[in-house]
Amino acid sequence: MAARDPHRTGAVRLAATFLRIGVMNEVQYRINFFIQLVQSLLTIATGLVALSLVFAHTDELAGWTRPQLLAVMGVFTMVGGLIRSVIQPNMQRVVEDVREGRLDFALTKPADAQVLVSVRDVRFWQLTDFLVGLVVLVVALVQIGGSLSARDVAVFAGVLLVGLVAVYCFWLLLASASFWLVRMNEVQELFDGVYRAGQYPVGIYPGWLKYGLTFLVPLAFAITVPSEAVTGRLTWQAVAVAAGSAVVLIVLSRWCWQRGLRRYGGASS
Amino acid sequence: MSPSAGGATTTDASLTNPPVESRTRALASMYATLMRTSVIEQFQYRAAAYFYMIGMVVEPVIYLVVWSTIARSQGGSVEGFTPGTFAAYYIVWMLVRNVNIVFTPFGWEWRIKEGNFAGQLLKPVHPIHYDLGYFAGSKLVVIVLWLPIAGALSLAFHPSLYPTLLQGVVFFFAIWGAYLIRSLVLWALGLITFWTTRVSAIYEAYFLAELLLSGRLVPMQLMPEWAQNLSWAFPFRWTFAFPITALTGPITERELLEGLCMQAVWIAVGTLLVALVWKRAVARFSSVGG
Repeated sequence: MAARDPHRTGAVRLAATFLRIGVMNEVQYRINFFIQLVQSLLTIATGLVALSLVFAHTDELAGWTRPQLLAVMGVFTMVGGLIRSVIQPNMQRVVEDVREGRLDFALTKPADAQVLVSVRDVRFWQLTDFLVGLVVLVVALVQIGGSLSARDVAVFAGVLLVGLVAVYCFWLLLASASFWLVRMNEVQELFDGVYRAGQYPVGIYPGWLKYGLTFLVPLAFAITVPSEAVTGRLTWQAVAVAAGSAVVLIVLSRWCWQRGLRRYGGASS
Repeated sequence: MSPSAGGATTTDASLTNPPVESRTRALASMYATLMRTSVIEQFQYRAAAYFYMIGMVVEPVIYLVVWSTIARSQGGSVEGFTPGTFAAYYIVWMLVRNVNIVFTPFGWEWRIKEGNFAGQLLKPVHPIHYDLGYFAGSKLVVIVLWLPIAGALSLAFHPSLYPTLLQGVVFFFAIWGAYLIRSLVLWALGLITFWTTRVSAIYEAYFLAELLLSGRLVPMQLMPEWAQNLSWAFPFRWTFAFPITALTGPITERELLEGLCMQAVWIAVGTLLVALVWKRAVARFSSVGG
């Protein structure tokens, strides 16, 4: 993700090391796996009930059939799990560190600060959402029928990665805002609230909201576009817009992060 | 708080052994102070409060968009709901939901762990009063912040909302009834933390049941018959569906009265629960830190 970093190999090694430590840390608390699993199942149960209520009153929603929306829900859950395990914990820690004046500890280390703050925290057990979402996606694909070629799977993985990069950059923008705004506690609630909109394809929303969920908060790229890839709806225009937006976001978030760092002053003695 | 030490001493002396009516008055003035503090604090962090509310707007907008899409595809209405009445339901939903937000049961773990709850125990009033007063104050700000959002959503979704005066009056009491029920029940639920800290799964299950049986996800009329019947056994519908439909209708005068009575019943149950569980929970409390 930190492709623009000059110490590229260093960045990858750093991320791998932190990932290993994070996983080792979390596997100490094995009971948390079951707690997380129960929570993932409860969340997906909520989504399934909502879907069955919708389809008790209609046969299709804005052109999407039931198995297709189930696929969207699978992708929504998978992406949510990935965001909560690797992106959100790191970015929230940046917000906290800026407020408490502890970011010094990261800044004084001999590595690119953006890379370092982006890989410090891993919530391994949150990946239960990823697993549960994957199961839902597979069930949905079986219901849809037809077959996916290896190329489809590769395209899906590719656009999913692009979407995740976009979400990471968006979170970095939010985290960088904490250099200017003191109180950012609510920013996570804001993101979680907005994220829920991704459980339906963004195309069902009215124009202003659709564009908001595409360019303001890049949910369309993280959820809808990958879902389109596995339901045979993907257009090359969508892929191009997703990739272009990701590049813009990478540059913009890097720039804001560095502007923010210049404003930062440590708080301790 | 007052800089004049002399004045403070006389007030303290009169509070050490107060008669009943002045205790009620002291409690009322405590609530007024808590609410004022909370209003000031909320306004101090206006941007944060708006961030929070924008996050909250999305949930009802999702439901609204999904269900008005369905209503349109079904020839204009589902179970009597048109896009216009769905819009009214979910815009009022926002206000009810925001008034409904109270101290979360997840917060108890932090309160106990940080040890700052110990100070509360030394005070001569039940600690629930602090939460009730503080959160009630923040609601006044929430209502003010909701107005422009509701205005914008009304322009976007054209709600059809024609409440009678009686509905308006009942709505006013019903949102505060909902606030009290949710405050009391969730407070009692949060006290489980005094016994075990592995509580998140319990709370998640509770909130799932609430989501489905309260009218939060969809108006009760769209739920299957058995779920509507089941909802009578829980406090949930009196904290969402009832206050919302009290304003949006369709609702009969009889149902309005019935709803207020059920709210009263659940407020009584909640009070009893808090009183019983609190006594046992606080006996288990031991403080941490110096």
